[in-house]
Parts: sequence; structure tokens; C-alpha cells
Amino acid sequence: MKDSTRNFQGWLLFAPAAILLLAFTHYPTITTFIHSLYTNKSFIRPRRFSGIESYESMFSDPVFFKVFVNNMWLALGTIPTSIGIAIIMALIVNKAIPGRGFLRMAYFTPTMLPMIAVANIWLFFYAPDIGLIDKVLEIFGFEGNNWLGNPSTVLPSIIVMTVWKEAGFFMVFYLAGLQTISPELEEASKLEGSSRWNYFWRIQFPLLLPTTLFVLINAFLNSFKLVDHLFVLTKGGPDNASNLILYYIYETAFSFLDISYASALTIFLLTLLALTALAQFFFLDRRTHYR
Amino acid sequence: MTYRNRIQTSVELIGAYILAGFWILPLLYAFWAAFHSSSDAMHFDIFSPLTLDNFREAWSQAPFARFSLNTFLLVSFILPAQLLISTLAAYAFVRFKFTGANVAFALVLVQLMITPEILIVQNYVTLSKLNLVDTISGMGLPYIASAFCIFLLRQAFKSIPKELEDAAELEGCGTMSILWKVYVPLATPTYIAFSLVSVSHHWNNFLWPLIISNSVETRPLTVGLGIFAAPESGVEWSILSAATLMSVAPLLIAFLIFQKQFVQSFMQAGIK
Amino acid sequence: MKKMFTKISYCLTVALGISMISSAAIAKTELTMYYPIAVGGKLTQAVDSIVADFMSENPDIEVNAIYAGNYDDTRIKALAALESGKPAQLSVMFSIDVHELRELDAIVPFDDVVSTSEEKAWLNSFYPSLMENGIAAGKTWGIPFQRSTIVMYYNKDAYREAGLDPETPPATWGGLIAAAKALTKDDGSQWGLMIPSTGYPYWMFGALAMQNGQTLMTSGDKTNFDHPDVVAALELWKAFGSEHKIMPEGTIEWGTLRQNFLEGKTAMMWHSTGNLTTVKKNANFDFGVAMLPAGKRRGTPTGGGNFYIFKDTSAEEREASMKLIKFMTAPENSAKWSVATGYMGVSPDAYKTDTLSSYVKEFPPAAVARDQLAYATAEFSTYQTSRVKKGLNDAIQAALVGSKTPKEALSEVQAAAERILKPYR
Repeated sequence: MKDSTRNFQGWLLFAPAAILLLAFTHYPTITTFIHSLYTNKSFIRPRRFSGIESYESMFSDPVFFKVFVNNMWLALGTIPTSIGIAIIMALIVNKAIPGRGFLRMAYFTPTMLPMIAVANIWLFFYAPDIGLIDKVLEIFGFEGNNWLGNPSTVLPSIIVMTVWKEAGFFMVFYLAGLQTISPELEEASKLEGSSRWNYFWRIQFPLLLPTTLFVLINAFLNSFKLVDHLFVLTKGGPDNASNLILYYIYETAFSFLDISYASALTIFLLTLLALTALAQFFFLDRRTHYR
Repeated sequence: MTYRNRIQTSVELIGAYILAGFWILPLLYAFWAAFHSSSDAMHFDIFSPLTLDNFREAWSQAPFARFSLNTFLLVSFILPAQLLISTLAAYAFVRFKFTGANVAFALVLVQLMITPEILIVQNYVTLSKLNLVDTISGMGLPYIASAFCIFLLRQAFKSIPKELEDAAELEGCGTMSILWKVYVPLATPTYIAFSLVSVSHHWNNFLWPLIISNSVETRPLTVGLGIFAAPESGVEWSILSAATLMSVAPLLIAFLIFQKQFVQSFMQAGIK
Repeated sequence: MKKMFTKISYCLTVALGISMISSAAIAKTELTMYYPIAVGGKLTQAVDSIVADFMSENPDIEVNAIYAGNYDDTRIKALAALESGKPAQLSVMFSIDVHELRELDAIVPFDDVVSTSEEKAWLNSFYPSLMENGIAAGKTWGIPFQRSTIVMYYNKDAYREAGLDPETPPATWGGLIAAAKALTKDDGSQWGLMIPSTGYPYWMFGALAMQNGQTLMTSGDKTNFDHPDVVAALELWKAFGSEHKIMPEGTIEWGTLRQNFLEGKTAMMWHSTGNLTTVKKNANFDFGVAMLPAGKRRGTPTGGGNFYIFKDTSAEEREASMKLIKFMTAPENSAKWSVATGYMGVSPDAYKTDTLSSYVKEFPPAAVARDQLAYATAEFSTYQTSRVKKGLNDAIQAALVGSKTPKEALSEVQAAAERILKPYR
């Protein structure tokens, strides 16, 4: 077949996907950037080019710093924890132990629930005084706490809930990874008399690095994308203690109708995600290659 | 096994079960609360009478049937479209070395990171220009070109030996029938895997549907549940649990029945 | 056989023709309206039933009433719908959204829609304090529908248990603190008072400020947050928890407050009168409702939602919308709505109907909100209300959780509000 025909056919096959991707990923990214450089249009005042003004107000906005820090804390709190628990779960489920199917179901089920349902359920757990956690604490003689209403406990509470939802999801990837490790390696290490911990840390974990890389990037992206629970739990409060970047973007764009500022925030988020994904990829990719 | 080993194993087993217990507890509690009255649920009256009132209440307070239909329609729209478009694109990347393919693929991968939710503001504007706000197709459109699907299928197609394609060509098959007769059937596990992942994801999607759907005719389950649970109106726990259960039931039941397949799918997706 | 077939198709064609002509004759005007709910109870059913009554009386108008969430959600949805291909013609939205909606050129003033002298008189038939939020630039932009004031619910059984007279709830700040102290149990099982600080904290704060003689804004483009008396009001709110120990410290959740009251976790609560009917149905104790106590004077902001008509509507749609609005705010329907929810009847005539006058007689708490109108003020509303309001909410929460002092929090947000509102002067 002629080269040019093949070329044409190739592009034709790719065209539908290309058009949609351009329309909903690349084009909006560009327009978002453009919008961040202009002020909003309003009935009372006309639109004008403002350049980096939006970015300037962003960096002098205390709420912006708060949401950024919150997202960082959230990532720090959820990622290592959920990965750790996921590995443990995968190790457990990988063995032929009694009730393995039940265990796997128990660990994975939260992943099947929408975040909004998860939030509804945990909302009751965290309710002050009448909620499940406070009631249990009462039985043991401890005082209840306003988990979601206290700026110092709201993020940890959300972290616990998020880990509960995510760990099972990552467990599955680790399961897949574990199954690619030849069982002979385990036999060999047993013969050498090395402990299970040694086997894990020296052999399994390094072999799982590709999985860890994948899970890490996934988890990081998720920690920025997942804001559904805020709608039901705290709406970002108290005083922005649980506010996150994407939720702030939503508020700014749809509640305050400030498209210009929302665009600036979005560009910031995109840049942050891009840089981190690249960094993680290169850093861990290097390490996995030389094994 | 030595005595010490046996104790260690038992301890681990118990640990595994305790972990599972904690993990299943929240859902179990919601399940239990949905069948008891609010005050019984709050006071943990384990032997208080069962009741279906909460479900009746929740059902009458919001049109969950319609919401379920909408979610079903949304997912039924997104999945086939995704599979079709990604199949064509993956085929193009694997068997047609068209100019600029590498750059194109890199641009595709961008979507793995920049998902439609992040660009909600501009995507909303795009849809309103297309007059597709408050439509199910509008809700699904940004997701139809799935970089993840293209990526998976590309891997799957790559692993199909060229000899099979050559054999088919010898039999006189054109490019498209090679695709449908050779590539697609052999990539079936990938298709199944991706389908389950996609269905789960879109069944549970919230933020984008929240913004796009205005009326009850388009509102999916997640958004319906979110509005239903709006903090201000202070819905009672049991009714909220019942509503939550009704919303998660379809996917959850499907999962419980097809557990193995679900887990395998996610695993497959992960391996690639 | 062929003859039969021809006959049948002939009949069908005729039938089709007739139905087409008749449906063209009864050309329905279709109205889409969004509405919010911010209090408990089966309000969607109440709305649906009034709308159904309207449609049976007006077969040429089709109304699609869509519940959109709380006030913020509803505004977002209604505005989003305007931008899309399926706009709404009218909606119930926050009474305080008026400046934002005007700035977007989204609504029409009712002065431009009313034509007959009877309709003009109708504009004046509502309670003046309920009209306050709806009036801007000399015109009326919103008609009251689900309106409220804050009222104080109190547990009469708890009062008796604490040795207080259940028929004389506190009328002053001092009295409130004293009563709440008596009602707060040492083991933490019952608090004296709860004022919600999530959801609409600025609304509760508006009451405290008014009771200290101040309003939170002096006009649509000037806020009054750092006035010493306003700061003092926030300091008092904080002191309820930190000093007097009659209220839990930190934030108190709007949504669960009603349940807390019904469960006996708090003996008194400040909440919207819109919760009245739900509380009445579910309380298994004797309870009462009182006006908010006075600081320097009594005070409460009004609250709730008004009807707005969007600008992007045809003359028929406006006429149909007027009919719907007049129906839903008519004295009898307003009375039914008030009984079903606890929201106030929106006009003096509503209270003169049999429905409401007999209800008030047998259940006096239903009249408290109305009587409190004498001390009421407009709810907080400025240009860019959402943004300024959020700043105020954050400030209140910051003060209540102790991360800033009331004075710091309020000065900061006053400065922020100044920056936002200055361009409007």
C-alpha cells in the first residue's frame, strides 16, 4: 500500500479521538490560560487585558495558600498510608489463606462506592456527640470531638476517610505486581534462611517499584481531583481548613462567577500536576531501570 | 510448620480479619441503619425492629428511579463510544506509521493527567456553546476520548503477532476487516478490563455531572444523592443511609456477583 | 381487506390531524423554575402540590419546578441554565442575590412586568420588611415566597427540669446566659444553647449585630464589619462557648442542629422558623418558640427566598410567570405553605385567612416570626455578595474556633470587602 494512503488512513482512524481530545483537553487548557490574562466581563465594567494581575492576586490571597497547603497535607497523609496499607492487603490476599475471597471483597468494596456516598456514611461517623465515633469514645470514657468542625482535626478526618476508600484500589495493582514475581524467588529466599521481612524489603518491594510508581502517580493525581466529599462534609470549612484547590476553583468560577481568577488557579493546578508527574516519572523511572 | 511459625500465621490471620472488619464496618453500619428508624440507629438498638420506611421516604423525596436511569444511560453512552474511538485510534498507532504519530501519542498521554474535571470551567463553556448543557450526551462527551483506553489497546494490539495480520491480508481482508476480525477479538480481555474500570468510574463520577446537569431528567445518581444529602436540610441519618444504599446498590451488587472479574480487570489495567 | 386498511388509515390521519390542531390551539406556555431548600421537611412535596394546583387551574401553563439544592446551588444552577440552551423563566433564589443578578443583567424588575393598577397594588400587599431585600435602585426585583426570621426554639421540659419557668423564655442577653447556664448539664449531655456556625453563619451574626444596634452593611457597596459594636457581637458569640460555657466551642453544624435539639443535646437553639413544622412533628417533648433576646434592642435579619423573573423571557412567559407567582404567594396558598413548613405567611392577608388564623390560635409559635418582623432588618446583601459573604463566614468561623480574635478577623474581612466593593462606588 502506498505510503501516503497509509498516512491518510492512519490520520483518519485517529481523527475522532484527536478531535475530542483537542476539544476537551488541549483547547480548554489554552483558553484557560488566555482567560487568566483578562478580567471578567460584567454588565457594569467591560473586559480588559490584565496580564499577570490574576496571578498576583493569587499569590497574595491567604485562602489560596491555605488550599495549597491543605492539598499538600492531604497528599502527604493519604499517599504513603494508603500505599502501605495496600501493600499489606495485597500480601495478605496473595496467599492461599481461608476466607481469602471475603477478605479481598472487604478490602476492595470501598473503591466501588462513589466518594459522595462515602462522605455520607462518614458524615455520620464524625458527627459530634451523636455520631458513631464519639459514641464509641464515650463508652471508653473519652470526650467526643467536633471532628469536622475543628480546624486541627478536619484534615486528618478526611485523610482517614480517603485512605479507607483508596487503599483497596491500590491493593489490586500490587496484587497484579506480586503475581509477576516468580514464586521461585520466595523459595530461594526461604532456603537461604532469610526472614520474611528481608524477603519483602530486599526482593519484593524493589520488584514492585514499577507498580509503586504507577500507584504513586495515580494517588497523587487523585488527591487533587477528589473533592466530591467537600460538598457533603464541610464545604471547605471551617474557615477554609478543609478547602482544596479544585473546590476553590469550583467556588470561584461558579459561585463568585470570577472566571479570570478561576482560570489562574486552574493554570496553577495544571502546572503543579505536570511538574510532579514528570518529576516522579523521571526519578522513579531511573531507579527502576537499574535493577 | 514450627510452633512459632504457626502462632505467627494465626496472629497474621487474625490481623487480616480485624483489618477486614474495620474496612467493611462503615458500609455494614450504613446497611444496618437503613433498615432501622433514625432514633434506633443513633442509639444502636441492635434488636430494634426492621423497617422499610426509610427506603419509602427516600424514594418519595427524590426520584431515585429516574436518577438510576440517567446514570445507566450515561454509562451506556460513554462506554461503547470510548471503545469504538479508542479502537480506531490504537489501531492507527500500532499499524500505521503515520507522520507525526509520536507527537500525537504524546499529546494523547497528556489526557492521562489533565482530566476533564480539572478544566471544568472551560469545558463547561464549550458545552454551552454546543448547546449540550443539561444533556446526557453533554455529560459524557469530554470523556469519550480516553487516553487510558487508547494506551491499553495500543499495548494489547502491539502484542498481536504480525503474522496473523499477514495471513488475513492473504485471505483478501481489507484494513478494516483485519481490525474487526483479527485485532479486536484477540484483545477481548483488555476490552473487558477497561469496560469494568470505565463503568465503575463513570457510575461514580460527581463533579462534572453536578455542573452539567440541571434538571431531574439528566441528573445522575451521584448528583441526586449529593443534593439529597445537602447539609442544610439536615436529612435524617437512616433516610440518608437508605438513599445512599439505593444509589450504590446497582454497581455494588454487580461487583459482588462478578467480583473476580472486577478485580482481574483492575489488575489487568494495572499491569499494562 | 384493502378497503378496511384504507378506512383505518383514513381515520388515523384524521385523528392525527385533529390532535395536532388541538394541541396547537392549546399552545402551552412552558415555565421552568428552580427552587432551593435549606430547612428540613418534605418541602419538595409541598412545592409540587402547590404547583400541581396551579397547573390544574391553568391548563395552558406547564410548570417544571426543579429542586436544585441549597440557595447557593440554586443560584449556580439557575445562572448556568441561563447560559445554556435551556434557560429558566423564573426561580426562587436567595433574597440577597439581587445585586449579583442585577449586575449580570439577568432579571427584570417587577415594576416593568405589572400592568394593571390591581397588580401594582399587589406589589404593595406584602410585609415591608420582607420587601427590603428585594428593592434596589428604586425598583422591586424580588417577591417574597419562603421567608423567615431566626427564632429561638426551647425545650420546655428541660426548662421545668432546670427549675425555670417554661412560659417566660429569656428576653435579654443577660437572661439568655443565665437560663442557658442553668440548662447546661455538667456531664455534657445537654448544652444550654446552640447557634449554628456552618451553612449561614453570617445570618446568625446579622441577628447578634442587630441586637447590638448595628447592621452588617450600610448599603449595597459598604460593609460595616469593623464597627466596635459589631466586633462586640462576635465577641459575645465566642464568649457563649469559651467563657460562659453554655455552648460547645468551635463550629456548630447547621444541618445536624435540628436533630441535636430533638435529641435533647441542647435545650435551646437559634434556627430558621422554616424548621418549625418539622420540629413540631418530631419533637417528643414540650417545646416553645420565642423571639430572639435583646441586646440593646431585639433584632433578627429576615431570611429566605424570593421569586425572580429572568430577563431572557417572552411576554407570554412573563405573563405566565406572574400568574404563577401571584398564585404561589396568594394569601391562601401562602397560608398553606406556612402551615406545611413554618416559613412565614408573606402578607398580612395571609394571616387573615382561616387556615392561618386558626393555626396560629392553636399553635402560637407559628406567629413568632411574624411578630418579630417589627424588629427585623434586611439580610446581608452587597455587590458580589457570594464573595463578600464567604469572607465574612470564614471570619466568623475563624473567631469561633479561636484561630483569630474577633477584632482581627473582622478588620481583615472589612479590608477585603472594601477592596471588592470600592469599584462599585
